[in-house]
Amino acid sequence: MNDILIQNGRVIDPANGRDEIADVAIAKGKIVKAGTAAGKATEVIDAKGKIVCPGLIDIHVHCREPGHEEEETIATASASAVAGGFTTICAMPNTHPPQDNETAIQYVLQRGAEAGLARVLPIGCITKAREGAELSEMGLMLSAGAVAFSDDGDGVASTSVMYRALQYAGMLDVALMQHCQNGDLSGGAMNSGAVAVRLGLRGIASAGEELMLQRDLVLAERTGARYHVQHVSAAWSVELIRQAKARGVRVTAEATPHHLLLTDAACASFDPVYKVNPPLRSAADVEALRAGVADGTINCLATDHAPQSAEEKELEFALAPFGMISLECAVALYAKALIDTHLLDWPDLIAKMTLNPAAIIRGDGSGSLSFGADADVTIIDPKKRWTVRADKFQSKSRNCPYEGWKLKGKPVATIVGGEVKKP
Amino acid sequence: MTRTAGEFVWKRKHLVGLDELSGEEITYILDTAESFREVSTRSIKKVPALRGKVVGLLFFEDSTRTRMSFELAASRLSADTVLLTSKGSSVTKGETTLDTVRNVEAMGVDIFVIRHGQSGAPHMLAQKVSASIINAGDGSHEHPTQALLDIFTIRRRLGGLSGLRVAIVGDIAHSRVARSNIIGLRKLGAEVVVVGPPTLVPAAITAMGCEISHSLDDVLAEVDVINMLRIQFERFGSGLFPSVREYSRLYGLNTERMARCRKDVLIMHPGPMNRGVEITSEVADGPNNCILQQVTNGLAIRMAVLYLVSQGTE
Repeated sequence: MNDILIQNGRVIDPANGRDEIADVAIAKGKIVKAGTAAGKATEVIDAKGKIVCPGLIDIHVHCREPGHEEEETIATASASAVAGGFTTICAMPNTHPPQDNETAIQYVLQRGAEAGLARVLPIGCITKAREGAELSEMGLMLSAGAVAFSDDGDGVASTSVMYRALQYAGMLDVALMQHCQNGDLSGGAMNSGAVAVRLGLRGIASAGEELMLQRDLVLAERTGARYHVQHVSAAWSVELIRQAKARGVRVTAEATPHHLLLTDAACASFDPVYKVNPPLRSAADVEALRAGVADGTINCLATDHAPQSAEEKELEFALAPFGMISLECAVALYAKALIDTHLLDWPDLIAKMTLNPAAIIRGDGSGSLSFGADADVTIIDPKKRWTVRADKFQSKSRNCPYEGWKLKGKPVATIVGGEVKKP
Repeated sequence: MTRTAGEFVWKRKHLVGLDELSGEEITYILDTAESFREVSTRSIKKVPALRGKVVGLLFFEDSTRTRMSFELAASRLSADTVLLTSKGSSVTKGETTLDTVRNVEAMGVDIFVIRHGQSGAPHMLAQKVSASIINAGDGSHEHPTQALLDIFTIRRRLGGLSGLRVAIVGDIAHSRVARSNIIGLRKLGAEVVVVGPPTLVPAAITAMGCEISHSLDDVLAEVDVINMLRIQFERFGSGLFPSVREYSRLYGLNTERMARCRKDVLIMHPGPMNRGVEITSEVADGPNNCILQQVTNGLAIRMAVLYLVSQGTE
């Protein structure tokens, strides 16, 4: 007998090219059938009018634990994830202390398991203490369960260190994820441009992102290693990635909801909720980024969920920390940016939240509803209309720029390893 | 007070920038300042407009003339004043600006005059406290009362703003005086050309409705007003320009350049001046300057602004 039978949903499984009204059967934590499922089940879920898809994966989440548990913990980030339909999140390593060794990786895995909600997969640091000088023990961390490496928050500034890191990661066949920002051109509070000039705020030039990306693409091409561009924000970056892919460079990229929906015009309120790194760019950048997602230049979608305390976001704009949260409204935001604009349909969108991110962190074809796969399933009501209220979030923080937005589409059930985690 | 502005009713309880104001509102402030300017010519230079009100002067950044001007303006309106400068406050102990202001507000302050090193600080405070907020300069963003007094001075000297061409010369990138002047002058129908090297004049500033010139010599003959900004010594060594000597040679106003200006050109400077750098003494003290009138007019503008925000409700 099946444990769960999800009936009559629109089953979208990009890995198997499936998009049809069908059933999904789950037993012993695994997918046993996607199609016309016969038989009985302990729990039957009626998914009529809903989308049934592989569990959503977010490869860019800041859980803040250890170090800033007042902003988020691995448990609250997991709760936030399943509330947003995510069955797997990747924990960025810019914690305090940073995730730059085997024990730290084991700690994240253990805390994730204790929370027992979403799967929490740790990202390790590229360099020890994220200092950009010495390579971290990537091999040991990989054995312990790290799925990729990044010094996120900063890019690896040294060309020689990045070159060696790519050579080494190439041996391990693991992706290096880069927060592209040339150190020399950093130090601002928002996007360089007419808005920053008018507000008298120091700008962060797109050129800073483009320069590090361009350097890294040269190194990735030379080494043949897997290189992933985090939170692409600038139009020219999209073009650089497009050209590199055409040359056969093993580059992948992600886009965030905020870079697909918001522009630097929002900063005119001086509200630090709009302060994020990389910064919100121009309308032309948003358009280029959307086009990049639509044509596959940008492989996947990731929130860069970055909780910050209310006290810190009450500071003056230039003094407040970077970051915004969106795990619990991400699906609807992506739909608004990409489906409502007719750039993608639901199967495309779901591929960019399941199969594609899975390929970056595991490279093993997970993120599907194939027979025998882990029963990670998300059920989405694509028509449900709702209003964002950050005070209702499972996240510990409230720094959400979409407060009060009226959105369409909401995950209604999140199943991880055959267990319903939401509602 | 006599009112000649017809139906117009002032509604704002804050003055955080000229960006938020309409041309009509700016004109109304200037008209109100005309009335207050007359007060300063009386033998008893005091009116009871703000009697019983408390004005908190919060200077989180150094200031001499703006602070004294506001202090004197408040006192001429019969308000009581309290003064906080960052060196003598708990700011150095790590208290946030918002907490500091909320604490002072709890003492019963009606109007805050705020100078702050961070762009947008007065805007943030205006949303979180119930007292009136007047921006006395925030970061590189706005310095609305300085622009108002500059525009007031131009209007008094040249009769109006519409159709005038005004050059603003110097470190436009870091200047709140430049931004507020550009905004205010454009709203009243004047043309603005900002002058300086590209490292001090961001190309995107044209989105504010002004033109850019990298040559002071090119604009001398065509402008009615030249507003010379102070070149800030802390910018030296930041790589934004090669040397004081080169800056002075390219962008300094001297008698030789004055000879190529229109005869009635108005020379302004918000102070403090670096004599011999951006302006020579011959020009600063010459017949075309109105630098001290700017300071005098500043008092009337600040009286007008204090009075108006005290009447505002929105």
